[in-house]
Amino acid sequence: MKIPALMVVLLTGGLLIYAAGDFPQWADPSAPAHQHVSPYYLENGAAQTGAPNIVTAVLADYRGYDTMFETAVIFSAGVVCFLLLRVSQREDRRELTYRHRIVGMTIRVTAGLDSPPVLEEFERLDRHWTPQDLIIRNGCRLLIPFIQLFALYVIAHGHHSPGGGFQGGVILGASFILLAISFDLRTALERMQEKVHGILGPVGVLIYAGTGALCLLLGSNFLDYGALAPLIGGDKVMARSHGILIVEIGVGIGVMATMIWIYNNVSSRGRYEEGL
Amino acid sequence: MIWQLDLAILTLVVVAAVAAITVRDLLGAAIVFGAYSFMMCLLWAVMGAVDVAFTEASVGAGVSTVLFVAAVFRTTRRTKD
Repeated sequence: MKIPALMVVLLTGGLLIYAAGDFPQWADPSAPAHQHVSPYYLENGAAQTGAPNIVTAVLADYRGYDTMFETAVIFSAGVVCFLLLRVSQREDRRELTYRHRIVGMTIRVTAGLDSPPVLEEFERLDRHWTPQDLIIRNGCRLLIPFIQLFALYVIAHGHHSPGGGFQGGVILGASFILLAISFDLRTALERMQEKVHGILGPVGVLIYAGTGALCLLLGSNFLDYGALAPLIGGDKVMARSHGILIVEIGVGIGVMATMIWIYNNVSSRGRYEEGL
Repeated sequence: MIWQLDLAILTLVVVAAVAAITVRDLLGAAIVFGAYSFMMCLLWAVMGAVDVAFTEASVGAGVSTVLFVAAVFRTTRRTKD
């Protein structure tokens, strides 16, 4: 069975390499892909949408319908992870381990597990022995605010530089994942509870679809942000520029929440007790 | 475009792609896949597709590697085939 499979793979690969010779040269202006709508976008994009970055203009305005469903696909990936993995019952544990924050002494609690002690100077450990990684913790504590600031910059500055809702949302979600890795899952859940990121995911998609529906209500086409001009103020180009920004914020919120959702469910076996 | 650099990156892409599917250790495969994503990100940036390169770096090399590592940590590290 292995040899026929290898033959098929080699044959297909050879055909692909043979066919690649017929492709137009890289960055050839007369290539078929650059003949259809690309010249129109390049010539009118910045003037019509107020976004000098053509990629953002195409992604969020001209092809906004595609991007809306891309956001919905990412959100549904989060929903599937939640439905498959999330278990509501708590893990049956015989004993819990706590460490005194100041002395570093570790204690094991085996009796009276119904109400585990919540004391300021004790921290719960996930495994029997967890090193006190002072450098990693304080390094991440220093880094995370700057990562989040950069993510917000990427979302807000997508009109002028590479970036946008997807990338910014992923970086924002990664900062929370870094918090969960460098500290533990409980610390990250104190900052953003399960309810919060569970609600923010659909809210992001709703912001996108709601902007489109608002354009529809104002008597224009779905996702034609020019119709928002009376609400926002300014002319049509300004309204389209702001419409792109609103949509990017929606994408950013949705993607951030979904990334945190997937990570929390995968890393804690759906129990939200202890992460990696 | 510097062709020596291009050749080196393309070779590394092929090596990483083959290694990612042949390595028995799934944690290693996840890391090699992250390296593959970084090489692809460099290629996109060289070709001028900066937005795609940014997405590849943040999604492909950043978050998906973390999600793979989390999944490997919670399942098994060895493949059967």
